[in-house]
Amino acid sequence: MATVLVFIDNPGDELQKGNLELLTLAAAAGEPAVAFNGTLSDGVKETFAEYGVTTIYRPSAADLDEYLVGPKAGYLAAVVGQAAPSAVLIDNTFEGKEIAARLGIKIGSGVVTDVIALAGNGAELTATKSVLAGAYTVEAKVSTGIPIMTVKPNSVPAAAAGPASAPEETTVEVASGADGTAAKITGREEKPASGRPALTDARVIVSGGRGTGGDFTPIEKLADALGGAVGASRAATDAGWIEHSAQVGQTGKTVSPQLYISAGISGAIQQKAGMQTSKVIIAVNKDEDSPVFEIADFGIVGDLFEVLPQATEEILKRRS
Amino acid sequence: MENTALKIVVLVKHVPDAQFDRHLTDSSNTTDRLTSILSELDEYALEAALQLVETHGGADAGHQVIAMTMGPDGAVAAVKKALQIGATEGVHLSDEALAGSDAAATSLALSATINHIGDVDLVLTGMASTDGETSLVPAQLAERLDLPQVTFASTLELKDDDGGYQIVARRDGDTHLDNIESRLPAVVSVTDQINEPRYPNFKGIMAAKKKPLATLTLSDIGVDAADVGLAGSWTNVESAEPRPPRSHGVVITDEGDAGKQLVDFLEKQKLL
Repeated sequence: MATVLVFIDNPGDELQKGNLELLTLAAAAGEPAVAFNGTLSDGVKETFAEYGVTTIYRPSAADLDEYLVGPKAGYLAAVVGQAAPSAVLIDNTFEGKEIAARLGIKIGSGVVTDVIALAGNGAELTATKSVLAGAYTVEAKVSTGIPIMTVKPNSVPAAAAGPASAPEETTVEVASGADGTAAKITGREEKPASGRPALTDARVIVSGGRGTGGDFTPIEKLADALGGAVGASRAATDAGWIEHSAQVGQTGKTVSPQLYISAGISGAIQQKAGMQTSKVIIAVNKDEDSPVFEIADFGIVGDLFEVLPQATEEILKRRS
Repeated sequence: MENTALKIVVLVKHVPDAQFDRHLTDSSNTTDRLTSILSELDEYALEAALQLVETHGGADAGHQVIAMTMGPDGAVAAVKKALQIGATEGVHLSDEALAGSDAAATSLALSATINHIGDVDLVLTGMASTDGETSLVPAQLAERLDLPQVTFASTLELKDDDGGYQIVARRDGDTHLDNIESRLPAVVSVTDQINEPRYPNFKGIMAAKKKPLATLTLSDIGVDAADVGLAGSWTNVESAEPRPPRSHGVVITDEGDAGKQLVDFLEKQKLL
């Protein structure tokens, strides 16, 4: 059976949900192998075995993390040379997409990004993605080389379906990143963790905009009551009320959660572009003419500072 | 200034205006470009280029800011707008064979154009196009030109470095901020956090008419027509379905219990 290569980059002590989803997709499309970067813990190795991974490739150079994109793409190209996979799956982060981009040129293969579903197997993979901010759903294939796909979170429920394996470990010779052809990462600051799920894989998102006037407390409390993530409109991130990475929209993140609650956001195209593929949309806005009401399943013309706290209190009451 | 003059290429793209409905063509599932504008995200790249020039000696230092695009006749509007805002010259790669190019084909044509321009120190782009939104092109361009990439920069400076320059930038990720250093030449993409783009003024609009604007074809840059366009693309869109419009739901006006009604709605939808 054809090998499907999954790139797993610094998962930490255990594999993340997105890693497991990629392994699940790889097992459905062929035999999963892993191009690994980072420290490989015993726990991670056991999970690879559960998911039927045949081979774990590791780079000979230890400094790939000190450089931006290029050396990791070079490592992956070396693994492709050795493993001869029928397809490569990478996560759909900014860095994942860029690694895929450079890998594509290196090995002469097409890249499809923002994939939400995969069908078929081996080199005959068909990817489903939405384009023009959700206006169209398209099916795309790679016509030259092997398919390189970057896959969004929640594309498949993670599950180890087949028999467990005893993965082999193989070291792949790669040049050190210090050859001067890549930009160097000279410092890294971790952002404080919020304890909430990440925007791009949250089931529930509560977003605030201009109407919050900079006070995100009611947004955060409702998000926490629902176990959701906090998002924001561009107006709110541009005003500096909340950090830029919380932005949902054309210049921020595209999300499609089960539930999106929009509060104090007018819903202009810039915002709509990022959230209109959400399953259920609830909108709260003082202005009854806000465009967001045109796409909301349930709209409330009202003050978010009254509606949201009442909803939060009601949720907590009904749960107890 | 001891340093030599900078030659900066800014990639600009003519994209369908996102304020209106956007469509794919029926024949080839490529983007319909009838009502197009300068991609908003490219304005940040142009502004970044102009600011780099201004902080390193200004117009008199002989720096060049070349606005470059590829696309049909109408695409030149993006270059003209960039010339009005402050680019010093324009390059338009225009060839019928380019239509339908994916990222791989686009990066091939762009890299050949940049090699044709020659001796480029810095290629600046926006963080994504507002139509394709794949963000693949800057990285693929860097790979084809064999250059370092400094992508998603939210700050960008050039430090004097022994008669040359060194790029110092910050990259804003989801979980961390990275400080990045790179030599020139390099490909740099900037986010919409980096600056506030300026508008063209009357003087700029008048001056733009006298600025050089070159139109190139594939034969000028030495690229075979079969290697670009739909024929030269490495990906293929097999089918496209327009998304059904969202049905307009219930809208109520808060009379003191809307928060409770919101929770009732969640319960009915099994979202609690």
